[in-house]
Amino acid sequence: MKKITIALFVLFSSQLFAAGGGVALESARIDLNDKASLQRGAKYFVNYCLSCHSAKQLRYSRMATDLEIPPELVELNLMFTGEKIFDGMTISMRPEDAVRWFGVNPPDLSLIARSRGSDWLYTYLKSFYVDESRPFGVNNILFPKVGMPHVLADLQGLQKAVYKDVELEDGSVRTVIDHLEISEPGRMSVEEYDEAMNDLVNFLTYMGEPAQLERQKLGWKVLVFILIMLLVFYFLKKEFWKDIH
Amino acid sequence: MSGMLKNALGWVDDRFPLTKVWNEHLAEYYAPKNFNWMYYFGSLAILVLINQIVTGIFLTINYKPDAKLAFDSVEYIMRDVEWGWLIRYMHSTGASAFFVVVYLHMFRGLVYGSFKKPRELVWIFGMIIYVALMAEAFMGYLLPWGQMSYWGAQVIVSLFGAIPYVGEDLALWLRGDYVISDATLNRFFAFHVIAIPLVLVILVFMHIVALHAVGSNNPEGIEIKKHKDDKGVPLDGIPFHPYYTVKDLVGVAVFLFIFALIIFYMPEMGGYFLEHANFVPADPLKTPEHIAPVWYFTPFYAILRAVPDKFLGVVAMAAAIIILFVLPWLDRGVNKSIRYRGPIFKAAIVAFCISFIGLGYFGMQPVTPVGTWFSRFFSIVYFAFFLLMPFYSNIGQDKHVPERVEEK
Repeated sequence: MKKITIALFVLFSSQLFAAGGGVALESARIDLNDKASLQRGAKYFVNYCLSCHSAKQLRYSRMATDLEIPPELVELNLMFTGEKIFDGMTISMRPEDAVRWFGVNPPDLSLIARSRGSDWLYTYLKSFYVDESRPFGVNNILFPKVGMPHVLADLQGLQKAVYKDVELEDGSVRTVIDHLEISEPGRMSVEEYDEAMNDLVNFLTYMGEPAQLERQKLGWKVLVFILIMLLVFYFLKKEFWKDIH
Repeated sequence: MSGMLKNALGWVDDRFPLTKVWNEHLAEYYAPKNFNWMYYFGSLAILVLINQIVTGIFLTINYKPDAKLAFDSVEYIMRDVEWGWLIRYMHSTGASAFFVVVYLHMFRGLVYGSFKKPRELVWIFGMIIYVALMAEAFMGYLLPWGQMSYWGAQVIVSLFGAIPYVGEDLALWLRGDYVISDATLNRFFAFHVIAIPLVLVILVFMHIVALHAVGSNNPEGIEIKKHKDDKGVPLDGIPFHPYYTVKDLVGVAVFLFIFALIIFYMPEMGGYFLEHANFVPADPLKTPEHIAPVWYFTPFYAILRAVPDKFLGVVAMAAAIIILFVLPWLDRGVNKSIRYRGPIFKAAIVAFCISFIGLGYFGMQPVTPVGTWFSRFFSIVYFAFFLLMPFYSNIGQDKHVPERVEEK
């Protein structure tokens, strides 16, 4: 598992993310202006991720402001472990325990969207399948031998792998996974689950850099200002250079 | 000027050569009137230097040079410090912008022969600035304490270990530890925020003083000081201020537009300015399989990897930089500007540019047999460009260089 993690460290550009694990990535529809989607994503995050993974760089209060959720509602519905609203999203599981239980300390997810990319996360969340050889009974086609159980199984249900034979260059035949299909339905239909995971990834993308909301709103104003400045400088230069030939 | 201001200026001038310096370097510094757009990059380099110093001061106010705190303190700047994200992106984008501007500035010098007599020292001071800038960027890159910060520094410092006899001790002395650690972070911080910026500012000062002593070259490669009027003013020269100060402002605005576009809409630049792996905190126990330096170092990294032997690779990489210092003595051409040089020299410049960019590309990629062979080929072209220059640079110099900058 470490090797795969490491292999993914190497990729620079978002296009190259597709190379990880040899699985084509599905694109997530990221829209940080869709506050309802971000709010649903926050709900899934605190309910399904935030007991094993921390997100220590994001303060509940910041989330409340950015996602336009009243702070009282955040305290009531999204905070479970007695933190204060201005605290970061930490967890109570100790890293030593995590290693004993999962074999690995689940990484902090604050910046996961910046290191992995949103498409990778979206595909990853949809790529769990039943594999009895694994400790938690599931594996992941994008992240083989992953240490994480399929915590979203009650929403998605369980998927099983459908295999096919491919002939290699040397003529030998190898059995590989062709695609995954639902073997045991969960509470959501395939479309509903896709939508939910898109909301979750949207939220993770926001969490990676909360300032991007502000950044994109401010950017065009700065650019317009610089363009006006450019015009002024251009005519200033023309005026001064009239007498040079 | 009002009487009071004039008196104040007179008072200062009696005690400090303010008017004299202003005139010598701006109002009565005569620059050739035919500068083109490639002459923007000198003033832009100063602008970026100021940007790096000012944003750097603000970053230092909140950054913690401690292996346990560094990564989180950068995120603190990105999330909790007022305008911290803007300051940080101005600094991180500024680092790449610095190299873009400096590479174009050096290219300008190369094609118009600005390194040739009598400007050899201008070129050498410039080269020392370039080397100092590389050290500054390398040490600064460790500070966010991400995976690529850590392992990039580990790889580069370990290169010193390839030097026979003293190598291992030297690498140990540089790191202050057996691996990159808190001790390394602290000393790199000291060098990044004090030692090298100080050296850079002094060198930029010397670069400009040397330039203003010999005068600027121009796209025609004509020495404007050969033809002066009776007051000693070059006939083809115009005062730097106001003519080039207002002209450079246009370049500044164009630069700022692109700079702001990146800061606000693509600060990671697809992973080239801020690498994705650097958003994972440094982990001394997890070695990434592929460690790539940031784009501005990759041509030299490709040369390093093209050589099968580690020590010889380090030698080749160092030689690729050192050889630039002696460029003024390798080029034996009489005419300065590429406009009046022969087809062989022009072809050599094109081949050099292709190989430099090619090396930069393959330096970013994971090692493949094809990539290695391309890197070897481009490395040979890179060195051949310089080493064969004494033999090809004076061929086909029969074009006549005009005496004066022509009216257009």
